[in-house]
Amino acid sequence: MRPLTPRRIALICAGLCGVLFVAGVISLRLGAYPISVRDIVTTLFQGVIGRWDDIPGGFKSIVWEIRLPRIMLGILVGASLSTAGAGFQALLRNPLADPYVLGVSSGAALGAIISLIVAPHAAGAIQVAAFAGAAATIAAVYFLGRRGGQLDSATLLLAGIVAASFLSAIIMFLMTTLSGRDLRGMAFWLMGDLASQPSVNAGWLYLLLVIGAGSIYATSSDLNLILTGEQEARHLGVNVHRVKLVVYIAASMLTGLAVSVSGAIGYVGLLVPHLMRMMFGTDYRLLIPTSAIGGAILIVVADTVARTAVAPTELPVGAMTALVGAPVFIYLMRRRVR
Amino acid sequence: MSEIADNTAPLAPPVLISPKAPGVRLKVEQASFAYAATDRSAPKFTLGPTSFEAQQQELVAILGPNASGKSTLLGLLAGLARPLSGRIEVDGTEVSQLDLRTRAQRIALVQQESELLFPLRVWEYVLQGRYPYGRRLRFESAEDCLLAGNALAQVGADALRDRWMDQLSGGEKQRVILARALAQQPSLLLLDEPTQHLDIGGKVELLRRLRKLADDSRYTVLVVTHELNLAAEFCDRIVLLHKGKCLRVGTPAEVYERELLEEVFEAPLEVEMRAGGRPRVILRGNY
Repeated sequence: MRPLTPRRIALICAGLCGVLFVAGVISLRLGAYPISVRDIVTTLFQGVIGRWDDIPGGFKSIVWEIRLPRIMLGILVGASLSTAGAGFQALLRNPLADPYVLGVSSGAALGAIISLIVAPHAAGAIQVAAFAGAAATIAAVYFLGRRGGQLDSATLLLAGIVAASFLSAIIMFLMTTLSGRDLRGMAFWLMGDLASQPSVNAGWLYLLLVIGAGSIYATSSDLNLILTGEQEARHLGVNVHRVKLVVYIAASMLTGLAVSVSGAIGYVGLLVPHLMRMMFGTDYRLLIPTSAIGGAILIVVADTVARTAVAPTELPVGAMTALVGAPVFIYLMRRRVR
Repeated sequence: MSEIADNTAPLAPPVLISPKAPGVRLKVEQASFAYAATDRSAPKFTLGPTSFEAQQQELVAILGPNASGKSTLLGLLAGLARPLSGRIEVDGTEVSQLDLRTRAQRIALVQQESELLFPLRVWEYVLQGRYPYGRRLRFESAEDCLLAGNALAQVGADALRDRWMDQLSGGEKQRVILARALAQQPSLLLLDEPTQHLDIGGKVELLRRLRKLADDSRYTVLVVTHELNLAAEFCDRIVLLHKGKCLRVGTPAEVYERELLEEVFEAPLEVEMRAGGRPRVILRGNY
C-alpha cells in the first residue's frame, strides 16, 4: 500500500517539466533560420534579466517574438485541452470522452464563421465570437443535459452529441456562402493551428487556464470516487452534484479557451489523459497535473514537426495530432480490450 | 504500508472497533416515504409508516418480496432520501440533519458495486473508505493506511491487497467492498442484497462474517436479503415488508409464521421450529 503523496506528485511533475523544457528548446532551435542551443540559452537568459540590448537583433525577434510566443500558445492550448479531456472523462464516466464531445468546438467554429460573414475585417472579433459561440453551446448543453435538476452523465453526453451534429450542419450550410479566402480561414477553425497569435493578452489566457485547471484539480479526490460510481461517491460523502457542475463549467471553459485561440486541435484531449493513466495510474490528483504538462509537451512537439517537416509549407498542427493520435489511440484501445 | 504496519503493529488493535456510544444505535419512528412521478400526479406510497429499533451488536434483516419497499427503507436509513413523515435517528441524531461527510462517518452503505471505469488496486479501493475523514485533496495519512489494512484483515482479504479489482471473484469482491465500508468506521452498516451473486458457500460465509462483525466489533448491521433461512439463522431481528407496508418486526421466531410468510411470498411454505428458537422455512411438496 503506497498512497499518493504531494512529494511524489511534485517529483513527477518536475520531471515532466524538464521534458517540456527540452522540447521547448528543441522547438526554438528548429525552423527556417536554425539557431544553436547556446545562442538560444544566452538569448533567453539575457531577455529574462532585461539586457535586451546585448541580444543580436535577429535572435531577439526570432526567439522572443516569433518562436517563443508560439511555444507558449502551444503550452496553453495543450494544457487546457488535456485537463479538460481528463475532466470530461470523469464527468461523463466515459473513457472515450474528449473536450469536443459536448459540442464546444462546433459552437466556437460557428461563432467564428458568423463573425467571418458579418464582420470579416474586425480585429479580434473572430476570437471573441468563437468564445461566445463556445459559451452559448456550454449553456445550451447544460440545460438539455439535466435530469431531475441534476447533471446526468448519459443525458449530458447525448445532449452534447446532438448539439455538436446540429451545429456542424449549420456550419456546413454557412460554408457554402463563404468565399475562397474565407474558406481557408474556416479550415483553421475546423482543423486547428497555432500559426496566428491571439490579439488578446496572453496573460489573461494563462489566468483562465490556471483558474479552470485549478478548479478541476480541487475536485480531484472527489473525481476519484465518482469514477468508481456516483452512488458510492454520494454514500462516501461527496457532493456529487456540485463536483459535476464545477468540472462541467471549468472543463468547458478550458475547451472554449483553447478552441478560440487555436481552432479545434484533435486527439490531444483524448489521448494525453489515457497516456498519463498508463504511465502514472488513475489517481486524478496526479492525473490532472501530469495531463496538463503532457498535453503541453505533445502540442509543442507536434507543432514543431508541423512547421518544419515539409518547410517552408506549414501543416496544420491539428492534422498532425490526428495523424499520429488516431493510430496510437487505436493501438491503446486494442491493448485495453485484450 | 508494510513498513507502517510493522512499526505500529504492537500498538494497533487487530480489528476495528466501532468507537461510538453503546445502546440504541438506530431508531426508526413512523417513517414513511412517498414518491410522485410528476408534481401534479398523486403521490404513490412506496413505504407506509415503519417503526423499529436496532441496538449495538445487532444483526437485523429486512425481508420481503420484490417491490415491497426494502430498498426504499434502506435508502431512507442511509439518508439518500428524506422521509415524508416520521423520524430516523442514528446515535441520537436525525439522519436527514447530518451533513454529507458526517453521515458517511456514521453510516456505510454497501450496494452492488458499479463497474469500474479504470482499473484500481484493492488497497486503493479500500482507502476510498477514508474519504469522509480527509482534508482537501485527501492525501491519505499513515493512520488511514493502517485502518484500511485492518479493514481488509477483518474481512479476511489481506492477501488480496495488491490485486486488481476487476480480477477478483464475486465473493472476493464482496469482501473488499465490505472492507471499504468498514474503513469508514461507521456505527451503522447497511447492506443491500449482498448475497445476490454469491453461491451458497459464499452466502453462509458472508452472514457468518456479518454476525462476527456485530458480535466482536459492535457494529449494528442491517441487511436486505431474500435468504429467509440464513436470516433466521444469523439475525437477531427481522423487519418484514410487504407491498410498502411494514407487517411485522421481531425475532425470527416471532415473525416466521406460516400463514404470514405464505401470504407475503405467495408460495406454499412450511415453517419448522428448531432447537434454540431458530425457525426454518421449507417449500411444501405439493406445488
